[in-house]
Amino acid sequence: MFGDSTLKRQTGSCACPRWSGAGSTLGSFRRNRRGSALRSGRKASKIDSLRTKVELLRLPLGLSTKSLSQCKPQLLGPRDKGSGAGAPRARALTATDMDNDSTYSGYSYKSSHSRSSRKHRERRDRHRSSKSRDGSSRDKSSLQPPGEPLLDAESTRGEERDDNWGETTTVVTGTSVDSVSQEDLTRVTKELEDSTPLHCRRYLGLTLGAILGLFAFVTPLAFLALPQLLWRDSLDPCGTPCEGLYISLAFKLLILLISTWALFLRPPRASFPRFFVYRCLLLALVFLFVASYWLFYGVRVLEPRETDYRGIVGYAASLVDALLFIQYLALVLLEVRHLRAAFCLKVVRSSDGVSRFYNVGHLSIQRAAAWVLDHYYSDFPVHNPAVLNLPKSILSKKASAFKIYSLGEENSTGNSTGQSRAMIAAAARRRDNSHNEYYYEEAEMERRVRKRKARLVVAVEEAFTHIKRHQDEPTPSSPKHPREVMDPREAAQAIFAPMARAMQKYLRATRQQSYHTMESIINHLQFCITHNMTPKAFLERYLALGPTLQYLDHGRGRQWTLVSEDAVTSALRQGLVFSLKRPDFSLVVSVTPLPFLALGEEFVDPKSHKFVMKLQSETSV
Amino acid sequence: MSSYIPGQPVTAVVQKIEIQKLRQGDRLILGFSIGGGIDQDPSQNPYSEDKSDKGIYVTRVAPGGPADVAGLRVGDKIMQVNGWDMTMIKHYHALKKLTKSNEVVVRLLVTRKSLEQVVRGAMGFHKEEH
Repeated sequence: MFGDSTLKRQTGSCACPRWSGAGSTLGSFRRNRRGSALRSGRKASKIDSLRTKVELLRLPLGLSTKSLSQCKPQLLGPRDKGSGAGAPRARALTATDMDNDSTYSGYSYKSSHSRSSRKHRERRDRHRSSKSRDGSSRDKSSLQPPGEPLLDAESTRGEERDDNWGETTTVVTGTSVDSVSQEDLTRVTKELEDSTPLHCRRYLGLTLGAILGLFAFVTPLAFLALPQLLWRDSLDPCGTPCEGLYISLAFKLLILLISTWALFLRPPRASFPRFFVYRCLLLALVFLFVASYWLFYGVRVLEPRETDYRGIVGYAASLVDALLFIQYLALVLLEVRHLRAAFCLKVVRSSDGVSRFYNVGHLSIQRAAAWVLDHYYSDFPVHNPAVLNLPKSILSKKASAFKIYSLGEENSTGNSTGQSRAMIAAAARRRDNSHNEYYYEEAEMERRVRKRKARLVVAVEEAFTHIKRHQDEPTPSSPKHPREVMDPREAAQAIFAPMARAMQKYLRATRQQSYHTMESIINHLQFCITHNMTPKAFLERYLALGPTLQYLDHGRGRQWTLVSEDAVTSALRQGLVFSLKRPDFSLVVSVTPLPFLALGEEFVDPKSHKFVMKLQSETSV
Repeated sequence: MSSYIPGQPVTAVVQKIEIQKLRQGDRLILGFSIGGGIDQDPSQNPYSEDKSDKGIYVTRVAPGGPADVAGLRVGDKIMQVNGWDMTMIKHYHALKKLTKSNEVVVRLLVTRKSLEQVVRGAMGFHKEEH
């Protein structure tokens, strides 16, 4: 029946689902897995929506998938950028997928939105996501290091996971500049998003800002030009003071232009799920200023055909001053305010526990998330899924099950729980030696790695002795030993052969083989040879796992889901926890404020530094 | 007091002094102060002949105290305490050896310049006699 509902929506308009009659479909797509029939009653939908609310509250930050899979709320992520129509798939969405969708949207809207709007939104999101599943992956794939294709194939286990894989890629969307947190406007924005194609969404904010900026820039010139054009004859002649004002106006406009270029015309490096509050504030302010100036101008100058041209020029100059001040405000709000450190963020990667601490200033959650990700790519060692778990051989020793016999018990109701409890108790009592095995296994592996590393180092050193840089000798006299001159690529290929085997064995031992292909190794070797690096410098790339940035393939966007209990535009404060999800791991960020430093002063007289020899210490007995 | 030749055993004329500790409150006191030790500065020692001697010296004797009664004098160099050597010892350890709370009696071997003179004088007297 889920399939039915989506098909219904598809045949309707793609853009605007009807608000009426939402209750029934809401009930259906939320309860499809439970097999409940399409409910058409208002009462039933009310119950459903209440249930939803309960489940919303029950959702943790996507950390315990087990409970989610049990309760199966059909919460949806935020707007996605559905690009074109994918085939709607009539598949059950499970709650494990909901982890990946940012459940934050439910939370962040919880405060400001009523139930009904949320229902509508979710239904529409659902519909949109089903449409966009194929498209989004085309647009932004989340494949990172070359090992990832392997991983994603593993991680999409079962169709349920695969179903919403696209949804994780759709979360990080462009800013919607005009959405304000009110129901109607949000609805309007959602409709807008539905109708605009994927790529424009991101640039909507940019174009709006650009248009406004251009308009604001042109306005003073228009103020000056219009009287000249329209009633030039009746204008008071205005000599030197006006010219002075012209010059100042021109330079101020030039400075405005240059600083706009420097501040705002930089390619954005992140697209946020919600609008950027400060940016919107500034755009609104600019709009307000310009509008009010135009209003005044229209009423007081254009209407009565004001003849005092000097006053008009002064008016235009004051507008430019105001614009410069707005730009100063923009500089402070967007660039300067968050520079002073106020919070310490602890970022922990959920898969292997690598953690870092960062100091940030006052930021909203989404900006802080972008900041953290910037630093994640250069500080955190790359996520290596191969070294995550204890080898099965150690853990599975526990799995030998006890058989439980029930001796003539009549009632079978308490049996299952009794059985499991008995099993657990028995397993706990049994002597557990797996730590021993773990210890020895670890020691063995470490020894193996060290041996292979030694072999690798020796092989590389030897290989590097085979080539040397060819100095261009002016006297190419003796053609007795004609050495063939090679370019770096050939030289790299020539010396790669003796070290290939040792390298491969070492990479296998440290489980990095998925990150380095033969091609990449030869490339790196060529690079090192060209820059006169020693074997040790060549090896630094392989002896330790480098930061993620090193393995990144450029030119593709990175998809991250922001999961937060608070609205993502709210400011950081103490005790806040949010997480950034990817398909295979997540970064959990917790915020603590930096302590207030009360610095005291102590004056030390430089003459007070006096020393004596340590005398015979005399102790009385 | 004998001078110390590195590598050679130290020889000295010593006097046995047995001090009975006096109980004062919860402490057992001996009634004198010591200075010196291998971790101290030997050049500050006013009582030693050889200013590189890092032995334990008696710097003060409380009049009427147990040490005074037993015959300890200021400037004595303590060679042994209850069998423990005091010629190559840290100040703190020397203190520990003297103030063991389970010993009521300490038997010191001390040496002083006058002892040497007396013995030399006696020997010389005998030599003169012969």
